[in-house]
Amino acid sequence: MSTSTPPSPSTLQPSPPPAPPPRRWLRWVQPLLLLGPSGLWLVVLLVLPTLLILDLSFLPGLRPGAAPPDYGLGNYLQLLNKTYRDVIGRSLGFALITTTACLILGFPVSYWIALKSPKRWRVLLLIAFVLPLWTSSLLRAYAWVSILRPTGVLNSLLSFVHLPTQDWLYTEVAVGIGLSYSFLPYMVLILYASLEKLDLRLLEASADLGATPLQTFWKVTVPQTLPGIAAGSLLVFITSLGDFVVPELLGGASSTTMSRLIYNQFLRVRNWGLGAALSMLLILAVSIAIALLMKYGDRNATKA
Amino acid sequence: MKPVSQPPRRFPIPILGIITLIMFGFMYFPILVLAVFSFNASRYSARWEGFSLQWYGRLFNDGRILSALQDSITVATVAVALSAVLGTLMAVGLAKYKFPGKSLYRGVSYLPLIIPDIAIAVATLVFLATMAIPLSLWTIIAAHMVFCLAYIAVVVSSRLATLDPRLEEAALDLGATPVQAFLKILVPELMPAIISGCLLSFVLSMDDLLISSFTAGGGANPLPIEIFSRIRTGVKPDINALSVLLISTSALLAFLAEYVRYRGETRSQR
Repeated sequence: MSTSTPPSPSTLQPSPPPAPPPRRWLRWVQPLLLLGPSGLWLVVLLVLPTLLILDLSFLPGLRPGAAPPDYGLGNYLQLLNKTYRDVIGRSLGFALITTTACLILGFPVSYWIALKSPKRWRVLLLIAFVLPLWTSSLLRAYAWVSILRPTGVLNSLLSFVHLPTQDWLYTEVAVGIGLSYSFLPYMVLILYASLEKLDLRLLEASADLGATPLQTFWKVTVPQTLPGIAAGSLLVFITSLGDFVVPELLGGASSTTMSRLIYNQFLRVRNWGLGAALSMLLILAVSIAIALLMKYGDRNATKA
Repeated sequence: MKPVSQPPRRFPIPILGIITLIMFGFMYFPILVLAVFSFNASRYSARWEGFSLQWYGRLFNDGRILSALQDSITVATVAVALSAVLGTLMAVGLAKYKFPGKSLYRGVSYLPLIIPDIAIAVATLVFLATMAIPLSLWTIIAAHMVFCLAYIAVVVSSRLATLDPRLEEAALDLGATPVQAFLKILVPELMPAIISGCLLSFVLSMDDLLISSFTAGGGANPLPIEIFSRIRTGVKPDINALSVLLISTSALLAFLAEYVRYRGETRSQR
């Protein structure tokens, strides 16, 4: 790996102040030692490969080992077919549903931990809620297989209370549940950071002035935490849009998403051109979300 | 977990506390289900057929699982060790110097944390194929280093922002060489953040499925790939047992990381 010598990042030139030549050479050494190795690594293993994918995406139907076709927009045009349009639409739909579900489920949790729980327990409660995020997403998705399958825990519970059993595994319902479960901690973490800074005196003032709790919530709490809501929603949207494991394990053949399709194009069907175009589309969608995140999101909340 | 006894201003009954309790249940219920079934004597784990440790026993005699675990630990250890050095240097460099293109550099360094794994994985595969680099354990390590060093740099950066830069300047004024000042002043101050970043990126590396799948050669078989290939076809009781062990270990390491970072922050505030 280290034998390939790519151009060192052009971003590393410190502003050269007018100094005598030997001193000036020394001034370069420190920043280069600190920033050079990581910069090189990121350029070689992240930036160049992504540019390579961009290049491949303009080679219609490229397959490894075959002669490269002429440049063209064939891959992107192919994505306009109904099959692929459906996949892209389904991915966006899953991401939107997951974001909405996480917002509705996560807001009360963050609110209670940030404002209502005993103060000395707050950090611990938050860590406890977010801890599953640090465990394997593969295994957490797998846990839902045991719950949702026809003879699983959910149906045992449902039949125990004499409710009709559900056959949710390998459907879009299972993917929705799995994705919301996987990314709820992100939402709670970011909303917490935002709600923690909420000025409680404003809530009291609003109540003193005769607002109902619901009015206070919509007129004071929500506007005050809007940057956090935006940041949390965009982060959940990004991560659920690109997730592979949950739709792969919990969704059936009918719930193909963009990431599953990319995986198949590269490792099974071996149409690298089409896979590269899909990958670029995913990166584009994520970049738009990142741009919105930087513009509207709560900067301090996302840093954590 | 009991709702705080504040004057009932907003809600007469602690609805929010109850919802929070339910959501805690939602977060931990699937893990609990795995744990219960891992001790179930039944092969199909549909119903409870008595307590048994047989799945754990089978796990420790499963050569494929053990060698996959060894591969994963090797990858994570090497990737994290190298990233700890590179990531720390990068964070210090970004805090110290102003140069044109700095925000671009910083932006690129955040990308591995937010770009979907699948996009990074296919890009790395295509790059390695184009360069005709054979896939092996080392290509996994190289690919894991990208997100490990990004993660460590973020954790170290947030710690650097709270440090007093005059400490290092004082050391330099008193005649320390830049290397001495770095090793004797800065690194000890940053240690909680470095350790915390290392633990967290170790966990990320151990759990990574996608990037490993695309960069592993025939000889290398990290644990998530082995697990993935077994559970595609349904529930496996010995994987339940493995899940319980892995989830507890990850949670423990992550908790330790948060604790180290929290302690480091409160200590410096005194």
